[in-house]
Amino acid sequence: MSATADPTAIFLSEAQELMEQLEAALLDLERSPEDRAVVDTAFRALHTIKGSGAMFGFDALARFTHLVETAFDQVRKGALSVSPALVGVTLRAADHMRGLLERPAEVDAAAGEIILAELKQTTGIATSGAASHAPAAEEAEGPATYRVRFRLPANALEMGNNPALLLDELRALGECTVAALTDPVPPLEEIEPSSCYLAWDVVLTTEQPRSAIEAVFIFVIDDMELAIERVREDPQRLGELLVERGDATPEAVNAALSRQDPVGALLVKAGDVTADRVASALAEQDHVRKVGAGAQSAAPKGADSMRVPAERLDSLMDGVGELVIAQARLKQLAGASDNLQMKSVAEEIERLAAGLRDIIMGIRMVPIGSLFGRFRRLVRDLSQDLGKDIALHTAGEETELDKTVIDRLADPIVHLIRNAADHGLEDAAERIAAGKPPQGQVRLSAVHSGSQVLITIGDDGKGLDRARIRAKAEAEGLIEPGAKLGDGELLQMIFQPGLSTAKQVTNLSGRGVGMDVVKRTIEALRGTVEIASTPGQGTEVTLRLPLTLAIIDGLLVRVGEGRYVIPLAAVEECVELSEAEDGRSKGRSILNVRGDLVPFLRLRDLFATGTPPDPYQKVVIVASGDLRVGLVVDQVIGDHQTVIKSLSKLHADVENFSGATILGDGSVALILDVARLISFGQTREDELKTA
Amino acid sequence: MGKCVLAVDDSKTMRDMVSFTLRGAGYTVVEAENGSAALQALNGQKVDVVITDVNMPVMDGITLVKRIRGLPSHTGTPVLILTTESDQGKKDEGRAAGATGWIVKPFSPEKLLQIVAKVCP
Repeated sequence: MSATADPTAIFLSEAQELMEQLEAALLDLERSPEDRAVVDTAFRALHTIKGSGAMFGFDALARFTHLVETAFDQVRKGALSVSPALVGVTLRAADHMRGLLERPAEVDAAAGEIILAELKQTTGIATSGAASHAPAAEEAEGPATYRVRFRLPANALEMGNNPALLLDELRALGECTVAALTDPVPPLEEIEPSSCYLAWDVVLTTEQPRSAIEAVFIFVIDDMELAIERVREDPQRLGELLVERGDATPEAVNAALSRQDPVGALLVKAGDVTADRVASALAEQDHVRKVGAGAQSAAPKGADSMRVPAERLDSLMDGVGELVIAQARLKQLAGASDNLQMKSVAEEIERLAAGLRDIIMGIRMVPIGSLFGRFRRLVRDLSQDLGKDIALHTAGEETELDKTVIDRLADPIVHLIRNAADHGLEDAAERIAAGKPPQGQVRLSAVHSGSQVLITIGDDGKGLDRARIRAKAEAEGLIEPGAKLGDGELLQMIFQPGLSTAKQVTNLSGRGVGMDVVKRTIEALRGTVEIASTPGQGTEVTLRLPLTLAIIDGLLVRVGEGRYVIPLAAVEECVELSEAEDGRSKGRSILNVRGDLVPFLRLRDLFATGTPPDPYQKVVIVASGDLRVGLVVDQVIGDHQTVIKSLSKLHADVENFSGATILGDGSVALILDVARLISFGQTREDELKTA
Repeated sequence: MGKCVLAVDDSKTMRDMVSFTLRGAGYTVVEAENGSAALQALNGQKVDVVITDVNMPVMDGITLVKRIRGLPSHTGTPVLILTTESDQGKKDEGRAAGATGWIVKPFSPEKLLQIVAKVCP
């Protein structure tokens, strides 16, 4: 698996081998001209040299070999017999090929022509002037709308074709409206699952030429029904359209028109056209109208917006939250009943509720640029106060986050930028001494990552002083003197209350906000803080935040009698903990997950449930940054749309829980605080290690 | 999880070229040097696409395609055959045997990726 080796070098060494094989085969043929296996070997060697040669830029070699190969193909097919003369000329051709391979610049092309002419004489096959087809140049026209109707052969799926991919390719060409014709689908009991029954009507508006559409179907075009027609770009009446598409006769349409109902419905009722085809024609009508309208009215695009008091949005959000809870109850009831109609309504409502949830969350999203704007001034002021030349670079201003999250992020980011400017960046003299440009850089960026947003605050300063952090942590009694710590663990120390590594506290950091407060604020937003620092090159703090605070996707689990929700964003995987394994790992609480050792917590012990464990306990592996901890639960119930309710004041300080939610049956489930559980799990693990 | 491609060719150069290109694009590549080695590799391995040369010792590409289509576990697996100079005869033979499509040698890495993406979601 030498994928990194230079492919040309590999080709050269392989070609040498092939040349030897070829020569050996030719010499064998001289003695036993009838041996088909030897002919095959010679042909394959020629074939491979030609194919690989062309790919690595040995064009002359490929052209020459192609002609020799053509002659040998005749031998292979039995149209030509091996003669000493043929072997002789082929051996000379092989010498020429060797030349082309080893010293392509010095080879005499005329000598090659002579060999080819001899070969021609021996074999009677035209060997010069390999035909070169220049593909006919195509002119791209302006955008045109095509109607592409196709039906794949019934065995298309068995042959490895995937209609969905073909449709994706069509979509990539331009604006596309797809309608499937389902009328050829037989009743369920007659369906052959591997057969392809569907046909498609696709209306496509594209800048690409017609040949680009045909190219999509290149592998199936010979066996399929395919019609590509240009359609008129002015909207037509449905009746005219059905006639033009050949789906209905003009008479049938006129007869239908003489009555006064919608023409499509009448034609379907009369059995002249199937409902599918009418739906497809209607889709085309829509597509053309839309494309036309888009071309006409590109100018006045909805810049309409209105201001709404935030509390109205909050109450709307609450309402949607209640709806999601009620829907969960309905789902549970429908799931327990046999009533199909009720089940279908329940599913419909689930879909609508999820849609509504997405809309309301979208409304609450605000681009983070509004927050970044404030920091420009802050950095300018810091720059003057500290007497350092500092430039702020921002990226990802368009990244959207829940308004509440953004509001609560301002203070932590201010603190991190102050830290970067004050403690991270050196002054101009130090920077020049370290070989850096005198201007210090602070970078602020935001980017989406799944259901999370990453905000990074970085500087190109001197980096964190690990020795000082260690000394300070030891002095504060946070770690044992000389304790072994990973680099990540050591850096995490700066989030401990009371740990400031600055030699002196400047008036700038005198706001009572330390790194511990930053960490707490971010964790209250169900986010995490990661830190990376390279001595001499800078420090980077990454805040990982959920997109929203109100409703999350959660994993519902059961521990003893109680049910709990784990935020799905933190879940990596679920594995089984068999009784045997459970017994074996008693006291150690370490699980081997594909070679990685993951510490785990038994939630039943932690919550003191007092019930016997299920025979098949599950371990839900959750991650925060690089740290992973397994949580042992009795049962994984499934995913759950979790409307987050905050805990009452009395319970607000309870460890390990970040909130509560109401389940479909009206009972309450607590939401686990993953960050807290992970640090708890890791601490226990460290204790066990030192014990 | 990257998609897994089985590259079958008796030429190590060609296998390396295919592997190098596809690995760079995030595919996992398994190599086999002829049809019967490919069948062994398919046994018990999840393969999303097979790319095979036609001319190979031991078992050629066309036979391989036929054998793959006979495997219940791989009836719908896309199989691409490598042909040269748009050799229509080989293309038709391959298709009749059940190949999904073909790649014409010589090909550029972009072309290879484009064609693989065409049959592999």
